[in-house]
Amino acid sequence: MSDMLTFEKVSLTLGDKEILRDFDLRLSSGDRLVVMGPSGRGKTSLLRLAAGLIKPDSGKILRSSARISVQFQEPRLLPWRTALENVNAVLSDKKETLPEAMKWLSAVKLAEAADKYPAELSGGMAQRVALARALAHDGDLYLLDEPFRGLDTALREEMIRLVKAETQNAAVLLITHDPEVAQQFGGSILEMQP
Amino acid sequence: MKKLWNAIPWWGRKLIQYVLVTTFWLGIWALAAYGVGESLLLPTPIEVLKRLCELCGQADFWTTVVTSLGRILYGVVIAVLCGTLLAAATHFVPFLYTLFYPLITVIRSTPVASFIILAYLWIDRNTLPSFIAVLMVLPVVWANLHEALGAVDKQLLEMAEAFGFSGWKKLVRIYLPSVIPAFLASCRSSVGLAWKAGVAAEILIVPLVSIGRMLSESKLYLETTDLFAWTLTVILLSLLLELILLFAIKGLSRRGKSRLPSEVTDHE
Repeated sequence: MSDMLTFEKVSLTLGDKEILRDFDLRLSSGDRLVVMGPSGRGKTSLLRLAAGLIKPDSGKILRSSARISVQFQEPRLLPWRTALENVNAVLSDKKETLPEAMKWLSAVKLAEAADKYPAELSGGMAQRVALARALAHDGDLYLLDEPFRGLDTALREEMIRLVKAETQNAAVLLITHDPEVAQQFGGSILEMQP
Repeated sequence: MKKLWNAIPWWGRKLIQYVLVTTFWLGIWALAAYGVGESLLLPTPIEVLKRLCELCGQADFWTTVVTSLGRILYGVVIAVLCGTLLAAATHFVPFLYTLFYPLITVIRSTPVASFIILAYLWIDRNTLPSFIAVLMVLPVVWANLHEALGAVDKQLLEMAEAFGFSGWKKLVRIYLPSVIPAFLASCRSSVGLAWKAGVAAEILIVPLVSIGRMLSESKLYLETTDLFAWTLTVILLSLLLELILLFAIKGLSRRGKSRLPSEVTDHE
């Protein structure tokens, strides 16, 4: 199994708050890592480092994955595109891939909301569109920040099953504050301590 | 009465309001004109409308209108292009913002008449109204676009970065939809300004074929009715330009279903 994401002695300080110090991490394809911990402990910063959106103060971050699928804590959908077009934006963004985008929207139970704009969706629905977008991107490294937030229990369990099935051969870093989600998702757990 | 009023469709009510308000002000004008009793000083609305109809029947009138309009719109197009490019440049290269900000501020603060007189030393009379239109429109387009670019949702840009969007895709999918409302609003507010400043430049430097020359000559030969008719032409064209832009804005909003990032709300 090849390493998808490696942190070597990574340190990060934001403002006067130390987030990580000499932090090591290795994620290979098929690995699942659930990052837990109270708010403000730097879980999201860890995801942003992994996605290459911020640079560490010191240490090395190596990504061997060709495609990274990210779901942020906020849905971050394009407000001027429909739910379907938002998913299609990470595919070819052309008409030919609309059926595939539709397949992913159906997978998250939002086929009937395909033509709706983000402003017309509830928070939970927008979150699922973002999940569909992350899954459609078909990455070999998934970085998911609270992807099941705002979903009722039954839907959450269904979405967890979906993510597990669709990311079997990829490396997954999932951030959650919910122990139940961590337990259902499986894999190793990294608790970020205050 | 109220029931009857409410039975009229909204556009009918609006039309009636417009007609009544216009009639009221035309009535005031007519009363003032009859009071003065001398069309050399203040012609009646009917005299002005009659003269305008006569002018409309002359080929020279249309040549003059199209020449002035074309000249000023040419300047507006150049200004919009330059303003857009400059806004993009100053957004992405902060040093350029520092460099251009004083220049744009000087342009915005200088009275248009000073520019007309100064520029007439270097620019020929046919090009000068276009140049003045550029000076009127460019700072407005630049300022609005620069601000709109700064307000583009950073979270969306980060999302695009994470999913590896190309530069072109970021431009088309994020930057353009974000700045189009500001761009159209700045066009709408500056075109009227450019039109009036352009005509003012024509009055001062009197190009051979221009509305400005017609206004200037009307004043010179004390043809007050002509002066009013040409002024009415300027007003009507200004309204027409604004109307065209308004429809363009509405059309684009409908086509793109444009929503600013700030308009996204959480319903849950």
